[in-house]
Amino acid sequence: MDHLIGALIGAPLLGAGVLLVGGRRLDRVGHWIGCLLAAASFALGAALFVHMLGRPTGQRTLTSHLFSWVPVGGFRADVAFQLDQLSMTFVLLITGVGTLIHIYSVGYMAHDENRRRFFGYLNLFLAAMLLLVLADNYLLLYVGWEGVGLASYLLIGFWQHKPSAATAAKKAFIVNRVGDMGLSIAIMVLFTTFGTFSFAPVFSHATSASQAKLTVVGLLLLLGACGKSAQVPLQSWLGDAMEGPTPVSALIHAATMVTAGVYLVTRSGAVFNAAPTAQLAVCVVGAVTLMFGAIVGCAKDDIKKALAGSTMSQIGYMMLAAGLGPIGYVFAIMHLVTHGFFKAGLFLGAGSVMHAMNDEVDMRRYGGLRKYMPITYVTFGLGYLAIIGFPGLSGFWSKDKIIEAAFAKGGTEGWILGGVALLGAGITAYYMTRVMVMTFFGEPRWQPAPDPDEVPSVEPGIEVHPGELPHPHESPKSMTIPMVVLAVGSVLAGGLFSINSAFLKWLEPVTGHSEGHSPVSTWEVTAATLVVLAVGAALAWAQYGRAPVPVTAPRGSLLTRAARRDLLQDDFNHVVLVRGGEHLTRSLVYLDHSLVDGAVNGTAASVGGLSARLRQVQNGYVRSYAVSMLGGTAVVVAATLLMRAV
Amino acid sequence: MNPINYLYLSALLFTIGGAGVLIRRNAIIVFMCVELMLNACNLAFVTFARLHGNLDGQIFAFFTMVVAAAEVVVGLAIIVTFFRSRHSASVDDASLMKL
Repeated sequence: MDHLIGALIGAPLLGAGVLLVGGRRLDRVGHWIGCLLAAASFALGAALFVHMLGRPTGQRTLTSHLFSWVPVGGFRADVAFQLDQLSMTFVLLITGVGTLIHIYSVGYMAHDENRRRFFGYLNLFLAAMLLLVLADNYLLLYVGWEGVGLASYLLIGFWQHKPSAATAAKKAFIVNRVGDMGLSIAIMVLFTTFGTFSFAPVFSHATSASQAKLTVVGLLLLLGACGKSAQVPLQSWLGDAMEGPTPVSALIHAATMVTAGVYLVTRSGAVFNAAPTAQLAVCVVGAVTLMFGAIVGCAKDDIKKALAGSTMSQIGYMMLAAGLGPIGYVFAIMHLVTHGFFKAGLFLGAGSVMHAMNDEVDMRRYGGLRKYMPITYVTFGLGYLAIIGFPGLSGFWSKDKIIEAAFAKGGTEGWILGGVALLGAGITAYYMTRVMVMTFFGEPRWQPAPDPDEVPSVEPGIEVHPGELPHPHESPKSMTIPMVVLAVGSVLAGGLFSINSAFLKWLEPVTGHSEGHSPVSTWEVTAATLVVLAVGAALAWAQYGRAPVPVTAPRGSLLTRAARRDLLQDDFNHVVLVRGGEHLTRSLVYLDHSLVDGAVNGTAASVGGLSARLRQVQNGYVRSYAVSMLGGTAVVVAATLLMRAV
Repeated sequence: MNPINYLYLSALLFTIGGAGVLIRRNAIIVFMCVELMLNACNLAFVTFARLHGNLDGQIFAFFTMVVAAAEVVVGLAIIVTFFRSRHSASVDDASLMKL
């Protein structure tokens, strides 16, 4: 079974290769090849999962050494895989949700002439992400990490004929580079400290390294995680990444990409456990992002951007939990999995709504869609209930555990982190209720489709009749079936994981677990969460459900306007980083011109001037040469005589 | 007669030769002035040989004469060639070596 691990990655990689190299002649079957290979990878993963369950708890880790990649002297970099419970969880999530998104894309991208290329990129994305979670050393993990970055760039910029999509892709790539730099330096420091890239020796010797070094490694790993997982301060790419096709958003937000940061922190748990400062930094980043994303999500009128804010916030929850150490690792991953279900479901639902509404994304122009799109309404509604943590659904089990764990950190930190997490749950209920109500309830506020000459169609291939109201209709089966499956997952996953603490027992051998000493009981946390949840949802209902929603957004308070601009993240980056960088480079250019060029040009000019004078001596007349010879001889003779006299 | 006087004569001849090289333009005259300087040297060599009482200076004088003879052959050939091509024997016309 061990060598099947390579095939897990191989299947989607083969798909990417065939689809991208195969060219136009595969246009008619390309999407099915993509789906088939993603499903094959999932089937393999499921088989390995069953195989793994059959083994005793302590011996569930499978390893597979493929080949030595760079054997140079004492330096060894291997292509070797390690499939333990943590990797297995990710494999099932990535391939399972990934396959559903593939199937959904068949319908969603049906009119796009580049559908084959799209599926090639999707397969590449899966392969890179699988490589990331299956690698048994940091170097190979980094390969997958960069592969994910590449695939996300290709997919976000899939409609590169739109300048905004091309810019968003570049932005995602560049912001990710900052994080990647952190990860690469962290890997270098780890190598100089431990002399190896492999996880096992690094983690077993983690405590032997100096505190300062571990803290540096921890913070650098956190920087890497911030880039991929869109955490403050590297969060700005996520909102713009909505320029990609909706299935891509679902894939990035649910199964791949943003989960990579949480995986990295959880995988490197041994390093973080030994560096409490870095761990606290992870918590703080998580808590700040949690609030940041939630506030942004409250103000956005674009349905996908509201969901993007929600993703940022939910990943913040996971980071917060991962920063808590052994108290939180399991819950971070559990929330990651349940979030994978409901966020994928929500995005696919949003895509279905957009499909029905001529690619309108402004929620102020939706309204009353529940009658026209019953399946989308029910699946989206279940995802909505799951994400806000409605009792019994997935989010309830995983998010409450994180809030509880945050309190269990103990001390003032515990109260602050717990309080933020609790408040975040309330805001989550508010903005998700807002999305739900604005989209599916109330009076229709549909607007005629814009003239394609003035506003280029958002997604190509879809027929838009200018001046006509949209005719909402339910999406085709290839789109609704994945939504139904994901909705079922959103409802059941959390409960199944929590029966008999199944998920905890499953993951504990890898991540470790400790209960912590919570100053508040489980029931108190649950009750408090339900209260803030009810308050948040009621507020949103009062604001958007009872009163009519204006089609054009009101001016709003200062905070609302700031949140609409993503809490000024781009303005901040522009003023501090772009302007600062410009000034720095300008002063460097000035220094180069004045100092370096001045010295070089000055030397050249003085040599030139001197030789221009000297050449006048060479007048070609024999007698002047004779004079200089005579003079020289006279000087030599005089000097000789003088020396002799002395 | 005091041999030192030959040295004065030698210095006088050398100065006349040097001044001729520097002042005159005719290549032949410049050439003859060079010969004059060489012979002034020869005179000085011979005088010193006499003063010191050994033959080194006289042998040097013979060498100089041989070299001067060879130089005359080459030098006159150059001057004749130059005259043929330029129709002039002025050394100022041979100022082609400058940039």
